[in-house]
Amino acid sequence: MNGRSELDRFLRTDPRDVGCAQAMEMLHVYAELVAAGAPAEQRYPGIAAHLRACGPCGEDFEGLLAAVRDDAH
Amino acid sequence: MCNDAQAKASARGCADSAGVEHLGTMVGMVPADPRVGGTPAAARLDHESAEWLRVLGEAGPPREAALARLHELLVRIARGEVARRGPRLRISGPELDDLACQAAADALLAITGKLGQFRGESRFTTWACKFVIFEVSAKIGRHFWRHPSVPLDAEDWDRLPGHFGFDPAYQAEWRELFAALRRAVDTELTPRQREVFVAIVLNEVPLDTLVLSLASSRNAIYKMLFDARRKLRAALAANGYLHDEPSRRS
Repeated sequence: MNGRSELDRFLRTDPRDVGCAQAMEMLHVYAELVAAGAPAEQRYPGIAAHLRACGPCGEDFEGLLAAVRDDAH
Repeated sequence: MCNDAQAKASARGCADSAGVEHLGTMVGMVPADPRVGGTPAAARLDHESAEWLRVLGEAGPPREAALARLHELLVRIARGEVARRGPRLRISGPELDDLACQAAADALLAITGKLGQFRGESRFTTWACKFVIFEVSAKIGRHFWRHPSVPLDAEDWDRLPGHFGFDPAYQAEWRELFAALRRAVDTELTPRQREVFVAIVLNEVPLDTLVLSLASSRNAIYKMLFDARRKLRAALAANGYLHDEPSRRS
């Protein structure tokens, strides 16, 4: 990916993006769906859009997903 | 596990016929979905989660033992999380472990204070782990707030092309684009949006650190950056620097 497309990707906003508050509220539900292999992104497109764009929430999601998988073992 | 997770996720009962959950969005300042954080849904508790709730809701030795088990789980998850994030942090060793232990202790307090808010949409331990992950994030943000690597309001615009991977050897091709971007930052953004853009994008200040610095919330800072991105892209597209296409939905 070159610089122009990277800048374009960063500046693009997704109208479905639910924001941090709602994503954080539902993160445990979303992470468990993903861990279970369920279609989380289809069920919660607004959360998926947010996690793609928000670094801190995306980081929290990755951490929670790792925790869920760890807890399952 | 898959079917159980899907059934619990459906417990809110706010999905359309295609199973898509509709929550409030950032666009147009749509308020938060009233069903989020509202009254408890009638989700079916799995046996293990019900047992956690039962024991933690009682008094005496069984509760103390459950608290000890929960704390042990939270410490393990917190240590795993700081280890996962560690390579990207300027924290290591005992300081990082101390951060993990503090996060686990604070998460335990938060969880026991919010037991009544658990709606059974996931396993209890997943819900509980969310608190410790958030505590780790908040404590890392606080650490960078106390030990900033760059002043929050510094403005080194020459660093910006490198952040997006522009090759200095082809500066002639992107110099105008960044001049236009800087003009748009100065003319299109509100002072607060500009402040947030400069801190996060130019100075790479972690968003959670900026939350503390501005005494704000993650959602509010993200919303400001979201609006700034939308305005800047529109300005660049209007002047032919970027293609004016609808937002991607992938």
